Amino acid sequence: MLSYILRRIGLALVITVLAVTTLFVIIHAIPGDPVSTMLGPRASEDMRAALEQRMGLDRPLPVQIALFFGNMLRGDLGTDVFSNRAVTEIVLGQIPYTLVLILASIAWSAVLGIALGCYSAVRRNSLGDRLTGILSVSVIAVPAFVVSLYSLLIFAVRLQWFPAIGAGDTGDILDQLHHLVLPSLAIGLSWVGYIARLVRASMLEVLGEGHIRTARAFGLPERRVILGYALRLAILPTVTVIGVGMGFLLSAAVFIEIVFSRPGLGSLVIDSIMQRNYPVVMGSVLFSTLIFVASTTLADIVNAILDPRIRSGK
Amino acid sequence: MTVLDIQGLSVSYGTPRGELRALRDVSLSVPERKIVGIVGESGCGKSTLISAIIRLMAPNARVRSGTVRFNGQDLLALPEARMRGLRGTEISMVFQDPMQTHNPVLTVGRQMIDIQYRDKRSKADKLKRAAEMLALVGIPDARARLNQYPFEFSGGMRQRIAIAMALMARPSLLIADEPTTALDATLEVQIIKRLRELQDEIGCSILFISHHLGVIAELCDEVVVMYAGEVVEAGSVRDVFHHPAHPYTRALLECDPGHIKEKTRNLPTIPGNIPDLVSLPGGCIFADRCPQRHDACTEHPVMSEASAGHRAACHLIKAGAPA
Amino acid sequence: MSDTSLPKPRSEMGETMHHLLRDPLGLVGLVIVTLIVGSALLAPWIAPYDPIAMNIPDRLQGPSAAHLLGTDQIGRDTFSRVIWGGRVALQVALPTIGGAVAIGLILGMAAGYGPKWLDTLIVLFFDTLRSFPTVMFALAVVALVGPSLNTVILVIMATSIPTYGRVVRTLTQSLKEAEFITAERALGASTLRIMGVHLLPNVLGPLAVLAAMDIPTVVGLEAGLSFLGMGVRPPTPSWGSLLNDGYSLIRNTPWLIIAGGIPLILTTIGFTFLGEALRDVVDPKLRGKGGK
Repeated sequence: MLSYILRRIGLALVITVLAVTTLFVIIHAIPGDPVSTMLGPRASEDMRAALEQRMGLDRPLPVQIALFFGNMLRGDLGTDVFSNRAVTEIVLGQIPYTLVLILASIAWSAVLGIALGCYSAVRRNSLGDRLTGILSVSVIAVPAFVVSLYSLLIFAVRLQWFPAIGAGDTGDILDQLHHLVLPSLAIGLSWVGYIARLVRASMLEVLGEGHIRTARAFGLPERRVILGYALRLAILPTVTVIGVGMGFLLSAAVFIEIVFSRPGLGSLVIDSIMQRNYPVVMGSVLFSTLIFVASTTLADIVNAILDPRIRSGK
Repeated sequence: MTVLDIQGLSVSYGTPRGELRALRDVSLSVPERKIVGIVGESGCGKSTLISAIIRLMAPNARVRSGTVRFNGQDLLALPEARMRGLRGTEISMVFQDPMQTHNPVLTVGRQMIDIQYRDKRSKADKLKRAAEMLALVGIPDARARLNQYPFEFSGGMRQRIAIAMALMARPSLLIADEPTTALDATLEVQIIKRLRELQDEIGCSILFISHHLGVIAELCDEVVVMYAGEVVEAGSVRDVFHHPAHPYTRALLECDPGHIKEKTRNLPTIPGNIPDLVSLPGGCIFADRCPQRHDACTEHPVMSEASAGHRAACHLIKAGAPA
Repeated sequence: MSDTSLPKPRSEMGETMHHLLRDPLGLVGLVIVTLIVGSALLAPWIAPYDPIAMNIPDRLQGPSAAHLLGTDQIGRDTFSRVIWGGRVALQVALPTIGGAVAIGLILGMAAGYGPKWLDTLIVLFFDTLRSFPTVMFALAVVALVGPSLNTVILVIMATSIPTYGRVVRTLTQSLKEAEFITAERALGASTLRIMGVHLLPNVLGPLAVLAAMDIPTVVGLEAGLSFLGMGVRPPTPSWGSLLNDGYSLIRNTPWLIIAGGIPLILTTIGFTFLGEALRDVVDPKLRGKGGK
């Protein structure tokens, strides 16, 4: 078990290093450079040189990458050119908002999706199954920001049931929850459909396997057969998908934060792009990549805990 | 005293092509403390028969007629809760593929405790009981191995575990569905031997399904031959194997490599295929493939006695043809 | 009964259509997709107005006979912009998915068929590409080169490659062991011949399904980035920029948002239904793998 976790974390580190390096190389390969981006076209040569030196951009690429990793390990992602605050500090200040939003969305959509998927598999071909199926397929691919705009229009602007702007007063949990409803509804809706379909498919597969017949042949109560024996196994692909889904959720969160004017990583990136604040953009992208890699790693580890075959490498 | 008595059982499946009549008027019985074998090619209705006995049938299956009496009560008429109460306690199952029998993500111990859920004893007692059973079927170091997962056992070991689980509640009937088919020959012999010993000790009856004639001859007291959803011959192992009364049984015996005495380049086979169970031909179901087909075969034969306790569904018996 | 049906032989075009037409959801999907693709192709002829012509006197009108979906803040006809927006959506989706499928196909087959070290390398490459959250990655690039249609295409293409590559790799690996391929190899067929003649046709069906299901994702991403002002530049009509116009006017003129969202919802539902139906025809085993 421990060796599996260590191996998996090792792989995550390799991927992080590769991802950061790739990001660096891509940014150097494409036209446009951070300095012109930040200073604008009318900057003097002196200003350019000064900024390049300050950001370390005058050195060769491998040195830059090495320096960057060195700094990253110390938690230093450079400083915001405008406010002179550390990028790490700025980004870390915004991450909790995004994480709360994402976790709330995944929580309600996973619970509902798993329940619907189970129901659909057990009551296969019933009216409820068919309805769930059609609804799931219909919501699966609808972009979260379209859902968010419509729910903003209906529930915030027209009906005024929920607030339209912000994340709520700090310290007032109820107010924050009230502000969380519409954004997490928008992000989670397509996931309900997706998880329901996934769980239904894997439940049906598992329910057809021999060991379920064994459990029934020993007279185990149907409830325990479904929840303890079938779902226990059918849930595994869903765990992986939720881990990988963090990437999609991070992407969706960018839009949702803009639509609902919530603080968070997405708002930070967009604001920074508007201000041509290059180090903050890079810092945010880097952190979102780290969150993503961490969540897929975590999903794999959870899967290994749930599935003994994975941790023994069989 | 008869433990299991099946009379006139017919089961059909609803399919897009029409009604598939998988079992037709099947009758057989399993006496107390006896081992009855069922033999037949794949598709002869063995699996349908088992699922009808323990009432775990596919959703599209339907019992059209018949009774399945277990210790006197008709299983087909029992409420589901009562039926569930019998499964795993009075009637136990061992399935064909040991690699599929156990839940892959739960330990063997967990699964053996779970099936004792009706017991009010402590978890430690249940675990002890599980270890005893594992030891009984010949798994060394049973206590420690309870913490292992199914994939950590070989196929033969898993089948032993399956047998241990099935016998744990000391059932009065054990149904074994080709329990040794997936194993190699040496393991097969070991498992069969162990099964015989355990049956003797526990005193249960066994309904043993196999297409391997040698195993049936080795293990069983009585044998039932099935073909295309019907019982075509039934009797003691000695009578049926030494004096087969039905041409199908004879063909089966001739095809069994264990029975071939002369050197041959070609293994014998039965020409033709099992008839389509959706649109059954009239008359004898084996007629199409039968070397002794004659005019009477357009009429469906009934089971008739070839000798005392030995019956077969063939017109030749009445005609007094040599068996 | 458990699923015991044998894998279906690859259907001919006609047979695929036949199956699609029998599946009601597939039929709905096909109709919607035809409608959207048709109106995008025929935009110059069916759009009632020039999508970028300003008409200040008629600004911010509600839906009427003259302007079916009203007008925006500088008097452009929303309905015409919706139709032209479909063009932009397809202009992004087709090259993006085409490129990702092509590259994924090559890399996936190389990984699945090639030596172990190549497989490890390519899988690592996939994992790396996959580890960027698409939108964040796109924004980082946009921050440097500025918003443009091509940037959007390239970034989404890059992050979609692993999706296709991994499926192709898995399929290739399982096919590699299939008996007919082993036999072919024993007869001395070249690697290229095996790949081209035997692997490719078997991989294309599932890929087509994945691609159909991926179109809404890409269209949604394009619209999203354009909504943020990081994609298609004004005044080019895009569903995303329409939504952006509507967003700033959400309190007074809701029809702009409604009009911008409907084609996106229709596109996603249409392609998803079509993709699901296609998958049921091509490969029932792929169930649950498309979508995200």
